[in-house]
Amino acid sequence: MADRRKQKSTKSRYTEDRGMPGAFEGETVTRRRMMTGTAHAAGGIAAAAFILPSVGFALGPVFEEVEQSWEPVGPPEDFPDDTYVPKVITLVDGIGETGKTTVYIRTYNPDIDTEPRDEYNAWIALSTRCMHLGCPVRFVAASERFICPCHGGVYGITGEVTGGPPVRPLDRFYTRERNGQVEVGPRYSVNSELERFSPRDPGQPLDGIGPYVYPSRPTIRKLPE
Amino acid sequence: MPKLKLPKPPVPDALVPRAKRPGTTGKTRPLDVAKESGISAIDWVDERTSLAGAARWMMFRKIPKGTNWFYTLGSATLFAFLSQTVTGVFLAMYYIPDTAGGAYESVRYITNEVFLGEFVRGMHKWGSSVMIILVMLHMARTFFFGAYKYPRELNWVIGVVLLILTYVMGFTGYLLPFDQRSYWATVVGVNINGTGPLVGPYLNDFMRAGPDFTQSTLARFYSIHMMLVPGILAALIGAHLYLVAKMGTTAPPWMKPEKKGDVDREGA
Repeated sequence: MADRRKQKSTKSRYTEDRGMPGAFEGETVTRRRMMTGTAHAAGGIAAAAFILPSVGFALGPVFEEVEQSWEPVGPPEDFPDDTYVPKVITLVDGIGETGKTTVYIRTYNPDIDTEPRDEYNAWIALSTRCMHLGCPVRFVAASERFICPCHGGVYGITGEVTGGPPVRPLDRFYTRERNGQVEVGPRYSVNSELERFSPRDPGQPLDGIGPYVYPSRPTIRKLPE
Repeated sequence: MPKLKLPKPPVPDALVPRAKRPGTTGKTRPLDVAKESGISAIDWVDERTSLAGAARWMMFRKIPKGTNWFYTLGSATLFAFLSQTVTGVFLAMYYIPDTAGGAYESVRYITNEVFLGEFVRGMHKWGSSVMIILVMLHMARTFFFGAYKYPRELNWVIGVVLLILTYVMGFTGYLLPFDQRSYWATVVGVNINGTGPLVGPYLNDFMRAGPDFTQSTLARFYSIHMMLVPGILAALIGAHLYLVAKMGTTAPPWMKPEKKGDVDREGA
C-alpha cells in the first residue's frame, strides 16, 4: 500500500505528462479507464432497459385505480327492513363465477341503524367477506347473525362483530336508486362506529391507529363524501 | 489412449486399464474399443471443457467419521425438487390458467383423461408436501448438528431463503387447480399476508394485480409458480451445493476429536 501511494505521488494526473501516446493537453482520464467505464455503463443501461420496464409492468396494477360499477339488483319493494335478501352481483367481469359475490341487502331501518342517513345508504348492502380472513359469511335469519364457516366469526344484524376473531364489522356497498331499481355500487369498509373508510382487505382493523397501520391503496377508494 | 486420470479407488475394477498379459498380441480387439468408448467420450468433452476436475471436486469429497443417514436429507430434498421440476414441466403442457372455468377443466382433464395424468399430478401434489417435510427435516438436522456455525453461516442463510421460496411454491401452486378449496385458501392466504403492517395492503394488491381477484391473479400465481421462483430456487440450490462442497460436511456433534486439535486425522 505504501509503495503504491509513493508510486502514485510521483506520477502526474495528466496523461500528457506520463508520456502516453496521443494524450491531449489537460487530459486526466486514461483510455483504459474510459473504456472500462463505458463498458460498465453500457452494460448497466442495457440491463436497466429490460429490468426496469419488466418490474414496472409487474407492479403497475398496484398504482392503477380500478373502476367500480353500479349494478341493479331489483326494485325497492324487494327489500324488507328487518331481514336481509341475498343478491349476487358481479365484482369482476369476464371470469365467470369467480368474479361474482353475494351481497346481503335490506332497507335502512332507523330502529336498528345508528349511522346518519345520506344519499348512499337508503339500503344497507353488506359484503359476505368475513373480516377475519375473507371467507364467505352466511346470514342465519333465525338468530339474526352472520356466521363464518372458517374460524367462527359472528356478526349482528348491522354487520357489527358479536363474536370470534373478525377485526371490524362487515364491509358495505354504496346503494342508490336509479330507474326504479336499487343499485349496488363500490365497496367501502367501516370501523366499529360505522364510519366509512376506503376499502381495506380482511384482517385489517380500522379502530384506533388501524387506518394508519393499514393505509388505503391507490387501486380502490371510497366515493368522495 | 484415454488421457483422463481418475483417482484410483472410485474407478470400478472393470475400467482400470490392465497391463497386457504376456503372449497376447498388441492388437486392440472390438471389446477393448467398446470398453474404452465411454471414457473416450468423456475424454473428448473434458479436453474441451476441463470439467473433470470440477466433477471430481464435487463428487469425490472426504467426509467426516460418523456421517450417517441424517446427512442424506439434503439430497432427498434435492431429488424432491427435481421430481417437482420434471412433473411440473409436463403438467404445464396440459394446464390452462383460465379463471372462467378453463383452469379447473384442464386439471380435471389431466386427472381423468390424460394417460398417466393422475399419476403425474399426484406425484406433483404429494411431492410438494414431501419436499416441505424434507426441507424441515434437513433444516432440523443442520440445526441440531450445529452445522450452521462458522464458516457455514452463509449456507444457512441461503437455506432459509430456499425454505421461504419452497413455501412460496406451495402457496402459489395451491391456487392452480382452481377448485373451491384452492380459491378460498388463497383468499385466506392473501389476507393473512395483508395483515403485515404498512406494506401488507400493497403486497396484496401486487399479488392479486389489483384490489379484487381477477384473471391476472391466477396468471400471476402461475407465472410465479412455474418460472420466477423455480429459476431462483435452481440458482440458489447451485450456490447451496457449491458451498457444501467448498466447506465440507460437519461431523456429528457426538464425535469427539481423538487428539486435541486433531478432529480429522485422515483429512488432508
